[in-house]
Amino acid sequence: MPELVIETKQLTKRFGDFIAADEVTFNVAKGEIFGFLGANGAGKTTVMRMLCGLSMPSSGSATIAGYDIYNETELIKKNIGYMSQKFCLYEDLTVKENITLYGGIYGLSSKVIKNRTETLLQSLGLTSEANNLVKGLPLGWKQKLAFSIAIFHEPKVVFLDEPTGGVDPITRRQFWEMIYETSRKGITVFATTHYMDEAEYCNRVAIMVDGKIEALDSPAGLKQTYNQKTMDDVFYILARKATRKAD
Amino acid sequence: MEGAVIAEHISKTYTKGKKVQVGVSDLSFSVNKGELFGLIGPDGAGKTTMFHIFTTLLLADSGNASVDGNDVVKDYKKIRNTIGYMPGRFSLYQDLSVEENLDFFATAFKTTVEANYDLIKEIYVQIEPFKTRRAGQLSGGMKQKLALCCALVHRPTVLFLDEPTTGVDAISRREFWDMLKRLKEQGITILVSTPYMDEANLCDRIALMQQGKILVIDSPADIKKNYKNTLWSVKSNDMFKSLTDLRTFNATISCFSFGDEHHLSLKSDITEEMIINFLKEKGHTDIVVKKVQPNIEDCFMELMSTKTNADTTPNA
Repeated sequence: MPELVIETKQLTKRFGDFIAADEVTFNVAKGEIFGFLGANGAGKTTVMRMLCGLSMPSSGSATIAGYDIYNETELIKKNIGYMSQKFCLYEDLTVKENITLYGGIYGLSSKVIKNRTETLLQSLGLTSEANNLVKGLPLGWKQKLAFSIAIFHEPKVVFLDEPTGGVDPITRRQFWEMIYETSRKGITVFATTHYMDEAEYCNRVAIMVDGKIEALDSPAGLKQTYNQKTMDDVFYILARKATRKAD
Repeated sequence: MEGAVIAEHISKTYTKGKKVQVGVSDLSFSVNKGELFGLIGPDGAGKTTMFHIFTTLLLADSGNASVDGNDVVKDYKKIRNTIGYMPGRFSLYQDLSVEENLDFFATAFKTTVEANYDLIKEIYVQIEPFKTRRAGQLSGGMKQKLALCCALVHRPTVLFLDEPTTGVDAISRREFWDMLKRLKEQGITILVSTPYMDEANLCDRIALMQQGKILVIDSPADIKKNYKNTLWSVKSNDMFKSLTDLRTFNATISCFSFGDEHHLSLKSDITEEMIINFLKEKGHTDIVVKKVQPNIEDCFMELMSTKTNADTTPNA
C-alpha cells in the first residue's frame, strides 16, 4: 500500500443550493503526478481550495499530508506548495528577494535559505540574475522560478493551477520536465491544465463534470475505457455531458 | 497587394522604468478580405500590440498600417466605426445587464440590435435566457459570447479578436471556433490571436510569432509541409528516461514530449532500427518507433530554435 498524501471521502461544498463539489472521493500517492481536469465551472477550484485549507467543506472528510482538512488547516498550509498562472512572484523584488521572502514565510532558517538559494539559482541557470528584478525576466523563466519557489520548503505536495498558460511550447515542456524531477524526489504534484496533451504526462487523471468526479484512471486506462485516441477526445466526451455552466 | 488588414514594417517599443522592451519589431503582413487569419504565439510575442495598433488605440513608433484601406493614423475615426474588437480582457460594463450592454453598443454605433440581429442571433440565443443578468455575474463562457455579440452588433467589416479562448476550457474553445467559421462564411474578415497552437489549424493562414517577430506566415498545411527535419514518434517503458536518453543520441536535433509519445527530430537518414537499437542499449523495453507528420507546435519549436533566441536563457 503506497503512502497516501491526499485522501478525500465524499468531500462536498455547498454554496446555498448550489453544490460546487459533490461527494468527491479520491486518493493521491506520494510522488504521484495527479492531473485534475474539468470544464470551467466543473468545481476544480472549489476542491483545490478545500485541499489547500482555504475553504471549509460542507461535509465529507479529507487529509492532506496526514493533516485533517477541518482542524489542521495551518499545518496543511505549512506542508503544501502552491503556484498559479495568475499570481507567481513579486515583480518589484529581485529574484533573490523573492526566494528569501517565501523561504521566510515558510519558516526556514536564514542559513537553510542561503544554502538552498545558491543551489536553486545554479540549477535554474539564474545566478547572474539573482539581484535583478523579477519583472525583467522572460515569462518562461518567471514560471520556472515560481515553481521552484513553490517547492523551496520541500512540501509533501505542490498544487499547480494552470501553471503553463501563455508560455511557448518549448518552455511548457521544460516546465513539465521539472515536474517529473520533482515527483522523482517524492513530492506529490497536483495539477490543473487546459492543455490536454499535458494530461498525458500525469500518472493518473481525474475529470470533474458538474461537481462530481466522472472518471479517474491513468491516461492509457481512460483512453481504453472510452475507446479514444487522445485525452482531448476523452475529455470532450465526458465534459460535453455537463449541464451547468458557471465559473 | 490589396488586403483588408495591412501592416508594413511596424515597430513599437515600450519603456518600463529604465528598460526598453520590444513590443513588435519590423512586422509586415497582410490579411485578405474574408480571410480568417491567426496570430499564434506565447505571451510577449507582440500579438496584443498589433491589435492595439490596428484598432487605433496605440501609435506605432514606425511603419504603416491600414484597415479596409483606411490609415490607422489619418483615418482612425473611420476605422473605429467599421471594425469590431474583442479585447483580451473582458471589457463590457459589468453593472449593465446582458441586453443593456448589447443595446449600448448598438446605440454607440448608431444602429439597433434588431437591424443586425441575423448576424448575432445564433450566438445571442445561447445567452438570451440570462438577458436581465448583470454582465459581471456571467460565467466565463457566457461573457465571451456576450463580448462577441457586442463586437458584432454594428456588422463590422473586420473583426479583431485578441485571445478569445485563453483560459477557456476545451469544450468552449471548440464551440467558439465553430462560431468563427460561420462568421467567416458571412464574409467578415477575422484577425484572431491565440497561444493555443492546436487552434492554428482552424485558420486560413497564420503568422507564428515570438518575441515581437514573425517566424513564418503561411497556411497551416504549408507550414507543416516545410518542416525541415525527419520527425519520429517514440515510446518506451520509461518515458522520462527515454526523453533524456534520446537527447544524447548523436543524430538528435531535439526531443520533446508530445502527450503520450516523444517527438524526436533527427538530422540525416537514420533508420527505425538504429533508434530502436540505441534505446535497447540504454535498457529500454516496449519500444515503439514510427515516422510522423509534424504538427504546428513541432514547426513552431523548430522555427523558435533556429530563428530567434529561444526563451530558454535568462538573458535572451
